[in-house]
Amino acid sequence: MKDFGYERVHDVSGAVALLGADPDARYLGGGTNLVDLMKTGVERPTRLVDVRELPLDSVESTEDGGLRIGATVTNSDLAAHPEVRRRYPALAQAVLAGASGQLRNMATVGGNLLQRTRCGYFTDVTKPCNKREPGSGCPAVEGEHHNHAILGATEHCVATHPSDMGVALAAFDAVIGYETAEGPGELPLADFYLPVGDTPHLETALPSGALITGVTLPPAPVAAASRYRKVRERASYAFAIGSIAAALDVRDGVVREVRLAYGAVASRPWRAHAAERALTGGPASAEAFAAAADAELAAASPLPRNGYKVTLLRNLTVAVLTELTEEAAR
Amino acid sequence: MAPSTSSALTLKVNGEKHTLSVDHRTTLLDALRERLDLTGTKKGCDQGQCGACTVLIDGRRAVSCLQLAVAAEGREITTIEGVADGDRLHPVQQAFLDLDGFQCGYCTPGQICSALGVIEEHAAGWPSAATTDIRPEAGVPELTAEEIRERMSGNLCRCGAYVSIVQAVARAARAEEETV
Repeated sequence: MKDFGYERVHDVSGAVALLGADPDARYLGGGTNLVDLMKTGVERPTRLVDVRELPLDSVESTEDGGLRIGATVTNSDLAAHPEVRRRYPALAQAVLAGASGQLRNMATVGGNLLQRTRCGYFTDVTKPCNKREPGSGCPAVEGEHHNHAILGATEHCVATHPSDMGVALAAFDAVIGYETAEGPGELPLADFYLPVGDTPHLETALPSGALITGVTLPPAPVAAASRYRKVRERASYAFAIGSIAAALDVRDGVVREVRLAYGAVASRPWRAHAAERALTGGPASAEAFAAAADAELAAASPLPRNGYKVTLLRNLTVAVLTELTEEAAR
Repeated sequence: MAPSTSSALTLKVNGEKHTLSVDHRTTLLDALRERLDLTGTKKGCDQGQCGACTVLIDGRRAVSCLQLAVAAEGREITTIEGVADGDRLHPVQQAFLDLDGFQCGYCTPGQICSALGVIEEHAAGWPSAATTDIRPEAGVPELTAEEIRERMSGNLCRCGAYVSIVQAVARAARAEEETV
């Protein structure tokens, strides 16, 4: 590991000023991803600015009925929060589906959004990787890619975003708040992660040196009937090979409102707008759910060894929406 | 100006304060083992994937291999050495012994520290990925074997003593409930 300076900050302006003065510095939250990447040499910061003690560790209801989640709230506290469990249950389930109890106690909401892909070529500094070393190539396209992207990828990078939490946030139209030396700003999650294009090393639209201060969830009554389901290669403590966050308002067999987002299929949490459009106002039936998934997945371009994800996501869509429909009828 | 790459700091471990100078790259795990001679905490993968290095930080379980020592200053750290009450084993330790919750024992300090966290988190009403109904109105989920397996999934045991580990955690959790 390359050696580095360390500063602990207690106010947001101090944190932002430190990073503004040193572009090779990084914010340290729980460190569960950053410290690991520093050990392997993927990340080589000159300085860590420890933001864990910033006053950004609360979850509060907003006046309009949404929630504001501070950036340093741990994954554990987020998932255990009564209002999250009551009003956005898929978010609590998504967080609980990620990592282990130990890591959830350490990891923060801001860090979860900024965690890096677990693509084996990205994490191995002896291999080419366009995300880590722009222009060096992407061995995953021809190589090990059974858990790589089927949507939105390019020949430059086929890595997936590993967050479970982000998938639920995408379904609920979360807005990411940040602070820079020039003042605060915000980005809808839909615009937060950049398209892969030919610049996979540019991952987010955050301005240079910006500190994520929190996530706002707009009010969404439909989210009270929501669910996150994750498929992985063992029963627990593994990254998704496919996941879904879904919320459904169904009355008299008709879909009034639906939210759908997919995980482990793209470089970012994938909001399934085409599927939502196909379903809204139509029947809540298994056939309609399958057709909606097909509408979304028509854009998929799987690699030779990850085509199973298309079938997996289609089946997940039908299964979870069917469950939510049955529960609404009770 | 290049920032300093080491710091003098005070770590509070098992109620005792230790002042030491560390290179910022030092993990809490290495500081405990190499500097403070607290070798009960084990190094397994050193990548946050096996749980052998689990300790409690401010009462919550965490993997000490991904925790920088410098970032742990000011926090209460409990290691396996601080779990017993003098010569009297903690009920979780006793349950692991009585029910053979281990074979080679290498992962055991991490398993026990993790189990302490699981029991505390469950008592606080935290749901898990195994909890069917996570709404707060549903109350505290019963700590079934399935719940324990899910909550302990961050601790690997290469000997495969999982069946006994689950039983030990269940017994310790019951003992804890009865004393409350």
